[in-house]
Amino acid sequence: MAQIVLVFLWAGITAYILFGGADFGAGLWDLLAGGPEDGARERALIEHSIGPVWEANHVWLIFALVVVWTAFPTAFAAIMATLSIPLTAVAFGVILRGSAFAFRKSVTEPALQKLFGASFALSSVVTPFFLGTAAGAIASGRVPTTIGEGDVLRSWLTPSGVLGGTLAVGICSYLAAVYLCADARRSGEDDLAEGFRRRALLMGVLVGVVALGGIVVLQQDAPRLFGRLTGPALPLIFASGALGLASLVLLTVRRYLAVRATAALAVVGVLWGWAVGQYPMLLGTHLSIDEGAAPASTLRPLVVCLVAGTALLVPSLLLLYGMFQSDPGEDVLV
Amino acid sequence: MLAAAGSNLLAARFQMALSLGWHIVVACLGVGFPIVILVAEGLGLRRGDTVHRELARRWSQAAAVLFAVGAVSGTILSFEMGILWPRLMGGYGAVFGLPFALEGFAFFIEAIFIGIYLYGWNRLSPGRHLLTGVPVVIAGVLSAFFVVCANAWMNDPQGFRLVGGKVLDPDPIAAMFNPATPVQSVHMIIAAIMVTGYVVAAVHALGLLRGRRGGGQRAAFLIPFTLAAVFTPAQIVVGDAAARYVADHQPVKLAAMEAQVSTEIGPAEHVGGVVVDGRLRYAIIIPHGLSLLLTGRTDTRVSGLDAVPVDQRPPVNVVHLAFDLMVGIGTGLLVLGAWLGLSWGRRRDLPHSRWFLRAAVLAGPAAVAAMEAGWVTTEVGRQPWIVYRVMRTADAVNTAPGLAIGLFVLIGVYTVLTVSTVYVLRRQGPAASA
Ligand code: HDD
Ligand code: HEM
Ligand code: HEM
Repeated sequence: MAQIVLVFLWAGITAYILFGGADFGAGLWDLLAGGPEDGARERALIEHSIGPVWEANHVWLIFALVVVWTAFPTAFAAIMATLSIPLTAVAFGVILRGSAFAFRKSVTEPALQKLFGASFALSSVVTPFFLGTAAGAIASGRVPTTIGEGDVLRSWLTPSGVLGGTLAVGICSYLAAVYLCADARRSGEDDLAEGFRRRALLMGVLVGVVALGGIVVLQQDAPRLFGRLTGPALPLIFASGALGLASLVLLTVRRYLAVRATAALAVVGVLWGWAVGQYPMLLGTHLSIDEGAAPASTLRPLVVCLVAGTALLVPSLLLLYGMFQSDPGEDVLV
Repeated sequence: MLAAAGSNLLAARFQMALSLGWHIVVACLGVGFPIVILVAEGLGLRRGDTVHRELARRWSQAAAVLFAVGAVSGTILSFEMGILWPRLMGGYGAVFGLPFALEGFAFFIEAIFIGIYLYGWNRLSPGRHLLTGVPVVIAGVLSAFFVVCANAWMNDPQGFRLVGGKVLDPDPIAAMFNPATPVQSVHMIIAAIMVTGYVVAAVHALGLLRGRRGGGQRAAFLIPFTLAAVFTPAQIVVGDAAARYVADHQPVKLAAMEAQVSTEIGPAEHVGGVVVDGRLRYAIIIPHGLSLLLTGRTDTRVSGLDAVPVDQRPPVNVVHLAFDLMVGIGTGLLVLGAWLGLSWGRRRDLPHSRWFLRAAVLAGPAAVAAMEAGWVTTEVGRQPWIVYRVMRTADAVNTAPGLAIGLFVLIGVYTVLTVSTVYVLRRQGPAASA
């Protein structure tokens, strides 16, 4: 039963990174788009792409939180208590990002637009970074089960934490650049597509290098995870690497739709590789899935809800994406 | 360690109260605004006029900002549940987590259809566009229901066994549908509609007072105001049921609400006043009033605060005054609705008196105040328990150092957020009431 919940949970986290993560990445490109005039068209494209979908994409984060606290309450409490600092930063980053994005659309003064734009863009980088450090802390087994025993600083201010943060920012901006290529082409802005293609290539290479370097970091800093990643999870890691290379090729030949799939799958490989690497432990070597899971009397109704909810959710999401990915129609908000 | 826990407790309670009190205002608008907007859009569609449709469109522009702010201010709450109260979540997440998980799906549906609705004005036919708003309304009401289920469980916990400090046999369905759920959830959903109705109407009442009459200004006032006014009497009936429920299940909270210091047969109703040194002063006293309100008889036995040891009593003055404020405002809003009803019945028009519009402007903030006061009643009245009679708030708090820093940052962030939201909405204001 706990395994079923974990599959839903991990699928949700994957969706958050593939969709919500790309929205964060778009914020990074917004930051680097240049001055108000040079960057105007790129910013418009970014706004156009993430405007209708970012709220829905953001809910995956909520989904993950509530599923963890219902199904794995001990682990949830331990993680939140120990990683209170990076996670508080994530919460503030989420507030700043969402509200600044909404506000920027609603004001006309250039100075305010700039201020809100800068808040939006900066928080788009800070938030995935801290989320990544938290992931690094969990992956390297530095979250003890007992509340109050964790080190609120040294759990995440570690090589694994920094690796997690860097990788998260890199993956988000890479995915965003890849997705934006096709969006730019669809709206007939081939020059913008070229720009995003260059950035996607650059980020693809960078993320690859960081990931390779990361393996060395993990060997030192998180030996159990390293062992598993180079053991049972190795096929996934290889697949991810191969897909990453394929994405670079596809980008080079401007196959923007195909590269969406391969780039996303490469990221999926890393995520599920981590999951396999962690299995069957929730936290480090001290809390296993079975020990950490809620009793079956909780998991049963939860699974029913997850199945029913997914049956509602998937068609709704397809409707949303279908509407805004196919129809280049008039897009002004009201 | 203990000292850290002490200052953490204060900081955590304050942080929780501030973020909840902030979120709930926007959340009310998130539940109520789609209803108001759809009513306007539906009227426009049925009568084939553009005035109502334009109104719905302008309102949805403001709603877009509020949705975004609601979503992010709710997210921080989810983090805080864990960061501030890890022992609550670790111990009881398996028991009362389910409604939050269901709420997650409601948020999905809400956010998805909000995206479609807001960006669909020019993409969909008017009829279809209206239809895409319906899931937003349903999901909004459901999300309020689910989250209040969780809160009701904290007030009236059931669906588990405690054996030697261990939580056994969690039954999340029983926990969700606890005795507090019906009154609390209905009261809350109506409160959301009232808050939205009176607040939106207040903005347009201000426009009417300033002499803006064209562009559907009257409809823009009447639609939300009528909706809220229709629900006001219902709210008072439900509130009355809530009070009887509290009397039966949470007697200490009732004693605090009524400033009932000692247990009595046939107690009086106390309006206002403060308890000083264990004695109620300056209150208006209605003999046997409380007894009559609860059972219709003059010989009801009502527990006072003295029914429990001192360390299990909530801060009585906060709870008592908050409760009276809510009831007072509720009564005032009822009178205001009746005023409009009379005038409408006689000559199908708003009351001519400018005092009516002035009062309607005031009704917006007043409804918000009533709703906040109600929550203070519920939450402070539950103290010192985070889960009534099961877990003390002090035992739930995170003991990690530095929690207070988060509070200071939060105060700064929320100040900026409040100022920006109000500023941005006001910028839209002139357009919305032109
Ligand atoms: C527009 C807002 C509003 C108005 C006009 C009223 N209330 Fe209320 N009340 C709330 C909004 C609210 C709330 C949404 O803030 C609360 C907090 C928790 C809850 O479930 O509803 C609440 C709680 C609450 C409780 C505590 C429930 C509990 O702790 O379980 C009682 C006893 C009442 N109310 C009673 C009343 C009465 C007798 C009213 C008559 C005038 C009234 N309320 C008007
Ligand atoms: C419906 C969902 C809600 C849940 C699950 C919830 C949960 C909590 C929790 C966990 C605490 C901290 C523990 C405690 O002090 O008992 C708390 C305290 C508090 N909450 Fe709520 N709450 C909800 C709604 C609200 C709302 C909408 C308000 C609006 C103002 C509110 C006002 C407060 C206040 C004032 C406190 C501090 C009480 C004190 O420590 O004296 N709550 N709530
Ligand atoms: C502890 C208490 C609470 C928690 C943990 C919580 C959590 C959340 C979260 C995570 C969101 C964001 C969802 C999104 O991305 O759209 C949200 C939004 C929302 N919450 Fe709360 N909430 C709490 C209290 C309440 C209460 C008391 C209500 C009652 C009406 C409420 C109603 C809503 C609504 C309607 C939204 C959607 C806002 C919008 O999109 O406009 N919440 N809440």
